[in-house]
Amino acid sequence: MSTDTKFGNYGGQYVPEALMPAIDELTDAYRRYVLENEDGFMDEFRDRIRDFGGRPTPLQRAEQLSARYGVDVYLKREDLLHGGAHKLNNALGQVLLAKYMGKERIIAETGAGQHGTATAMAAAHLDMPCEIYMGRRDINRQRPNVFRMRINGAEVTPVDVGRGTLKEAISETMRDWATTVETTHYVIGSIVGPAPFPAMVRDFHSVISEEIRAQSLDRLGGLPGSVVACAGGGSNTMGAFAELLDNEGVTLYAVEAGGSSLTVDEEAGVAPHSASLSTGEEGVLHGARTKLLQDSHGQIMESHSVSSGLDYSGVGPELSHLVDTGRVKPVTVGDDDALEAFHRLSQDEGIIPALETAHAFGFLEAVAGPDGDGSVEFDEPIVVNVSGRGDKDLEAAIEETEKRNLENAPRMEVFDR
Amino acid sequence: MSLDDAFDEPAFVPYLAAGDPDFESSIEYVEALARGGADVIELGLPFSEPIAEGPTIQRAVVRALDGGMTPERFFEFVEALDVDVPLVCMTYYNLLYQYGDEPVRPFVERAAEVGISGFVVPDLPAEEADLLREACDEFGLDLIFIVAPTTAGERLERIMDRVSGYVYVQARLGVTGARTSLSDHTAETLARLEDYDVPKAVGFGISTGEHAAGVVEAGADGVIVGSALVDIVADGHDNDDPTADVAARLEVLARELKAGALEGSQRRSRPERT
Repeated sequence: MSTDTKFGNYGGQYVPEALMPAIDELTDAYRRYVLENEDGFMDEFRDRIRDFGGRPTPLQRAEQLSARYGVDVYLKREDLLHGGAHKLNNALGQVLLAKYMGKERIIAETGAGQHGTATAMAAAHLDMPCEIYMGRRDINRQRPNVFRMRINGAEVTPVDVGRGTLKEAISETMRDWATTVETTHYVIGSIVGPAPFPAMVRDFHSVISEEIRAQSLDRLGGLPGSVVACAGGGSNTMGAFAELLDNEGVTLYAVEAGGSSLTVDEEAGVAPHSASLSTGEEGVLHGARTKLLQDSHGQIMESHSVSSGLDYSGVGPELSHLVDTGRVKPVTVGDDDALEAFHRLSQDEGIIPALETAHAFGFLEAVAGPDGDGSVEFDEPIVVNVSGRGDKDLEAAIEETEKRNLENAPRMEVFDR
Repeated sequence: MSLDDAFDEPAFVPYLAAGDPDFESSIEYVEALARGGADVIELGLPFSEPIAEGPTIQRAVVRALDGGMTPERFFEFVEALDVDVPLVCMTYYNLLYQYGDEPVRPFVERAAEVGISGFVVPDLPAEEADLLREACDEFGLDLIFIVAPTTAGERLERIMDRVSGYVYVQARLGVTGARTSLSDHTAETLARLEDYDVPKAVGFGISTGEHAAGVVEAGADGVIVGSALVDIVADGHDNDDPTADVAARLEVLARELKAGALEGSQRRSRPERT
């Protein structure tokens, strides 16, 4: 199949031979159903993401944050999408596509559990059997989402190899797919993987920027000056950026997890962060050429973030390309600043954000807050993509808060037993 | 050494991860396979994300990486081996991509220098392989591609157009790993390849002499065996067995598999009794 699979130097299809026919089949289905709306596929997707998903999500002014930073801040409320995160856009799109393709079974991987939850919900909604692979370590730190997947009828299979996070879960899901490829569709959870996944996942999520565009023109009288979104694999990022890429006047910030430090212990094979756009080197992982956290030999390094949803050693190839061309500006926010932002948004705006999302707000504070470094002059108004709600992260957030001396955090221990 | 004569008779092609569980023992294990009758040896250069491998080889990869295996150590490993059969490097694309100051070519040049005969790169489909094919041609190495039960039509043509040395026929869908029975896919895939003039070596799931015989009888020119051999290395490692004992066990299984391959070709030439 001769569909373009690349974003500049990035992208491609680096997968075992057994998967190539499935990738060709998927490429064909993507072109016909998603791009050409064959059999009214996109109409059905839009109906379902409206009625089942709850779109459009609001564009809300953040009054306290706007006052704090002296700039107009708006929130794209993807946390209000069904399931509590933007992930449903893609999961519903892909499960529906699998149905149109005549597949009988859905598999997926999940890190924080949001993608697994969204896929389990979409599979239940569309009556498809579903199995989710999840790293053992992530299962332990994201228990509420594990329960949600199980309650929606999905099998959750722990992955014990390696450090037991998203990277290992993706490898394991690819192995399942290589075994069951004739009947099974693999719902990749971000804009990563072999073509056509990065473009297709972006297209399902681009409804976010489509709405940002329409809502801004309607309510603010023009496009936003800046859009800020957190980036792990990069699905909410590309969703928030896609329909604004051609508008050079809109500055696009991808906020990566700076973890505990940006320096790397190569000997241990561990990066204490997940900032592959900011610090990664080009390489090939999980089906695509992209920016990766790797050692000098090309072995993939373990990543780290307080947010398991950002804890991945790679990133989408399209984002890598957009960073190289200067269209998207990558920035980093560390664990501590993300946690502070988690509490600030909760207290100031009454919105408990996912720890992923908190990174995006940490960036605003680090630049424009009272102790901000002023390194960026924001173009106004700023739209921050609230990629998900933080209910799933409460245990992790409390545990991590207790390890630190955060001035703006409530003291939780007074309620202990 | 070239792969040209390796398939003159039904070939036994064993796989081990280089450096599993450590450099010195692994040298002895590979040499034991050669003594046991290997016609080609596939040496795994461990990559941290082996997406085409089942649990047995995943664990071997972890042991070898923990034992300090790196691409440069791998080349030293090949230089240290005292074997008289062609060696094929089996690894993942990122390692070829990162070595040296440009993608792929320095890796292939160094591999040629130490005497590697060819490559198998499971995550590099024919569509993405131009750079590697070019470098292999420049330095006179073979590039082996995998054909899966799902490979047919245009894709099969494309692969067979670019393959050299031998074609790695994947016996069944899925990942590597020893099995107790053979898949029906094997005969079908071999039939699809009948008209192509390149040796066909079948891998994925072969663990006994009887399996090997069956595969050759079905038309294969060789059998590739990995996980069943890696299991022996793993057991030896887990039980702290002396290296010589583990090597002896590898040699015994190697002889059985080679004998099986030869038996298979005899069965093929013998008319079936009615």
